[in-house]
Amino acid sequence: MANTKDPFEFQEFEEAESLLEETRDATTINIDDVNEFRKQRRPGRDEVEEDLLANDDKAELLSGQKKNAPFWSFDYYQKFFDVDTYQVRSRIIGSVLPWRGKNFIELYVRRNPDLYGPFWICATLVFAIAICGNLSKFLVNLGSPNYKYTAEFGKVTIAATAIYSYAWLVPLALWGFLLWRNSKVMNLVTYSFMEIVCAYGYSLSIYIPAVVLWIIPSEGLRWFSVVLALCLSGSVLLLTFWPAIKDDHIRVSIAFMSAIVVLNVLLAVGFKAYFFSSESPHQQTNSSSVVTLVQSKPHT
Amino acid sequence: VVLLHLKVTASGLPKLRAFLGLSDVSISEDIPVEGDISMPPTSSSQDDGFSTLDEPVKDTVLRDLKAVGNKFVHVLYPKKSKALLRDWDLWGPLLLCVTLALLLQGGSVDSKDDGGPQFAEVFVIIWFGSLIITLNSKLLGGTISFFQSLCVLGYCIMPLTVAMVVCRIVLLGGSGTVSFVVRLVVVCASFGWSTFASTAFLADSQPQNRKALVVYPVFLFYFVIGWMILTFAPAQ
Repeated sequence: MANTKDPFEFQEFEEAESLLEETRDATTINIDDVNEFRKQRRPGRDEVEEDLLANDDKAELLSGQKKNAPFWSFDYYQKFFDVDTYQVRSRIIGSVLPWRGKNFIELYVRRNPDLYGPFWICATLVFAIAICGNLSKFLVNLGSPNYKYTAEFGKVTIAATAIYSYAWLVPLALWGFLLWRNSKVMNLVTYSFMEIVCAYGYSLSIYIPAVVLWIIPSEGLRWFSVVLALCLSGSVLLLTFWPAIKDDHIRVSIAFMSAIVVLNVLLAVGFKAYFFSSESPHQQTNSSSVVTLVQSKPHT
Repeated sequence: VVLLHLKVTASGLPKLRAFLGLSDVSISEDIPVEGDISMPPTSSSQDDGFSTLDEPVKDTVLRDLKAVGNKFVHVLYPKKSKALLRDWDLWGPLLLCVTLALLLQGGSVDSKDDGGPQFAEVFVIIWFGSLIITLNSKLLGGTISFFQSLCVLGYCIMPLTVAMVVCRIVLLGGSGTVSFVVRLVVVCASFGWSTFASTAFLADSQPQNRKALVVYPVFLFYFVIGWMILTFAPAQ
């Protein structure tokens, strides 16, 4: 330390510099030690996860700290993919079986909504619908001489548009509505946008086995599986969203719940009518006006 | 490791804080270093001690072709070597993708509703698909680098491209039940091969409890490509 005129020293700390001059034997701190110290003060991610499960009060504070990364950075999205295989499996099972737990978001998702499940369930459903619809059409027309098989690849685009807009726009609308109602009536349970997206994405998973069943060209079986899938996913959604709206006026909450059900029915019946429509006209009378409404939609 | 020694007293803390800010910028400990720093793609020729500037163009092209062909062999015989990961390139995937998309053309040429995938659709599905799978594996915490993953996914299309060639040849003989069964077997085998080869390369880079989450999109990706190949029907 013979050269006190170090050009890299900060000039504004005159007092500190003079003190440094006076006490040559001051404590020497390695910068690695300081980093160690900082690391100890800031808990690692695993510890945060444990705390989230352990302590609710603390979790509220720390989850705010977790969301520090700005939305354009990679880390911001990484926290939506912070799931393990068993978590995804339990969420899919939980979204199918309504009696396993009363509230899907409360039980499975809380504080760790993921985008992995919604995204890949939607992707699987898109291709499952396009491929199974194509297969069923092939089976129905098998043997008829003037039928030429085509792959109908354009249906993938239509299915993708319908499913991804359902899985994103409906949660957006629900979230906006809940936010608006929350400003008027105090609700005890509030959901974030990502939690609603997560619930909706996972609620679509029951349709994948249902759609595979639809390959079998039997109208009775198809309608049975439509109704079954509707009941299961619809009841999971209803049980999930009821706590968030039940403190509101009874009319508003009933309108809200029926909107969820109607959209779900529209989606399921629309799939059935558009992708698995039989050529014979007498079967189309089964679903009356809904079919015409949904069938006219993709042309717009 | 950078060792900075600081002499401070109790009142010298502002200075220390300034240095801490500096260290946050320069030493990023949290971000794992990825890729292969010691062997960038061009280093193999530089190691030999001669410049590639004055060599004939033919040598340059042949060397790259040899590297691409070498990787094809690695896909066909997917033992767990790192060769496909170390020197990634996107020439092979481009070649395979264009070949596959071209072979998928020429269905019912003139009719509007031939229903088969167009060239651009195949191209977009392959590149966007592998891009999204790569992003997915990165977001799940994989340690493989972005282009390595793209490279592996692209090269592992090769069994499916071979299946496409076989399907075209089988379809020349007619499109009856026998030909369909043959095509089904060929496409299923190559689909399994593609999935197996790509997971052999990719799965190691993942945490143990998330392997299934990474393998599933890869499975879906090759399944869709296999479906496109199987349903290809030529013009009559």
